[in-house]
Amino acid sequence: MTLIATAPPRVVDRRSARAFVDTHVVPYADDYDRSGRVPEDLLRQVAAAGLWAPFLPPESGGAGMDLVTLGEVHEEVGRGCSSLRSLLTVHTMVAWTVQRWGTPAQRERWAPALAAGDALGAFCLSEPGAGSDTAGITTTAAARGDGWVLNGVKKWTTGGQRADLFLVFARTATSIGAFLVPREAPGVEVRPIDDMLGTRASMLAEISFRDVALGPDALLGPSGFTAGMVLTGTLDLGRYSVAAGSVGIVQACLEASAAYAAERRVGGKALAELPLIQAKLSDMVTDARAARLLLAEAGRLKDAGESGTLMATWIAKYFASTAAVRHAAEAVQIHGANGCSPDYPVARLYRDAKVMEIIEGSNEIQRITIAGQAERETTS
Amino acid sequence: MSNTAKEQILDFVRGRYPQAEIDETQDIFALGFVNSLFAMELVMFVEKTFGVTIPNEELKIDNFRTANAMAELVARLSPTLAVA
Ligand SMILES: Cc1cc2nc3c(=O)[nH]c(=O)nc-3n(C[C@H](O)[C@H](O)[C@H](O)COP(=O)(O)OP(=O)(O)OC[C@H]3O[C@@H](n4cnc5c(N)ncnc54)[C@H](O)[C@@H]3O)c2cc1C
Repeated sequence: MTLIATAPPRVVDRRSARAFVDTHVVPYADDYDRSGRVPEDLLRQVAAAGLWAPFLPPESGGAGMDLVTLGEVHEEVGRGCSSLRSLLTVHTMVAWTVQRWGTPAQRERWAPALAAGDALGAFCLSEPGAGSDTAGITTTAAARGDGWVLNGVKKWTTGGQRADLFLVFARTATSIGAFLVPREAPGVEVRPIDDMLGTRASMLAEISFRDVALGPDALLGPSGFTAGMVLTGTLDLGRYSVAAGSVGIVQACLEASAAYAAERRVGGKALAELPLIQAKLSDMVTDARAARLLLAEAGRLKDAGESGTLMATWIAKYFASTAAVRHAAEAVQIHGANGCSPDYPVARLYRDAKVMEIIEGSNEIQRITIAGQAERETTS
Repeated sequence: MSNTAKEQILDFVRGRYPQAEIDETQDIFALGFVNSLFAMELVMFVEKTFGVTIPNEELKIDNFRTANAMAELVARLSPTLAVA
């Protein structure tokens, strides 16, 4: 009886995600931002709610959640706190990649722990010298015996301060391969990166791998040319989650701005009555809806296994992240000096939104990729 | 049916690159068309269209160079489909 009463409700859809976020995240997100971490307590609540990897099939410890619903759930989390959503994003990437490309033995070893949140995952691609240009990474995985030896430095690893399992992309003799590296492996060193502009509570780290010896089961997915596909697929899901989180930021800007505009008075009138303010609010409403629809379309194509989802996700992320930056700036504007203060969430939304234009394919890379489609379909 | 598989694959590749003339023996990698985005699209297309899952060990460049090679891969993965 007590058990049932105290068991936190599982997150199974947007509605339950909204309730979870409003209870456990929204009231504290500014504190997380200030302290530069998401507390363990919240990570445990996320686990209890089944939020870490609900898209995994039940035999891997998940709930078989479809990706349209996952997008809605990540939107709600992003509405509350982009730092938590970032942790969820990279964990999602690792869990999905294990499920999609892992051998039965790799799945058995990692998927249930990832689903339960007993092992938190992080994604290690970027390096001090290579970001957008993923072909420029210099971390190497050299074959030794029947296993591998990993050497290199990864930077900007979201959740790196806290993660238990790193999905590391490294150069092999023939291509770029994906490797599962437990944090406790000898030769792994984690150095925190604090004081970022945005998503300040997402516990970034720089991680060095010094002669880290790995077994043959560390390689995830194919080697050779198709190894690049693991990266493409992993980034696609990360991009989808960031797009969802960006929709959440727009929604949070809208809710904060509408509430503020209704209550704040200038010259005897509520801000909400001023046409210039109304114009800002109307654009937030419209873009929130448009971004949400683009995201839902990408999710629908994912659930259907349609290859068109890759480009649909690029477009959704491009639209949603740029909309988030635009509207977060306007949300601060509407709040005036209060918007620049720590007393309202819009300053955090503003800083977090900027990060969305840089991660998972920066704005420029988005545009180059989307334009590539236009070019190849129209030139003769 | 294996003919049909080949044609469907060719249609897909041509649809993405309408300006190029591609036949079933042409090496699309040698033509320089394949970036990682398109490679992934190709794999998703084959898996979705023919209801197969391509195992890691079949994800080799030689299986994807030409429409012929991809159709043969489909036939190997789904013998009933090839015969039907
Ligand atoms: C908060 C945060 C969290 C992150 N988390 C992770 C993580 O978990 N794992 C991980 O691997 N990485 C992570 N990153 C790194 C992120 O993926 C990279 O910052 C991103 O890929 C861009 O790379 P870069 O910063 O090296 O910029 P660069 O690649 O050096 O690019 C600099 C600028 O040039 C532009 N540019 C690049 N190429 C072109 C071009 N061809 N044409 C025009 N403009 C171009 C870029 O868009 C950018 O504006 C994170 C970054 C941040 C800020």
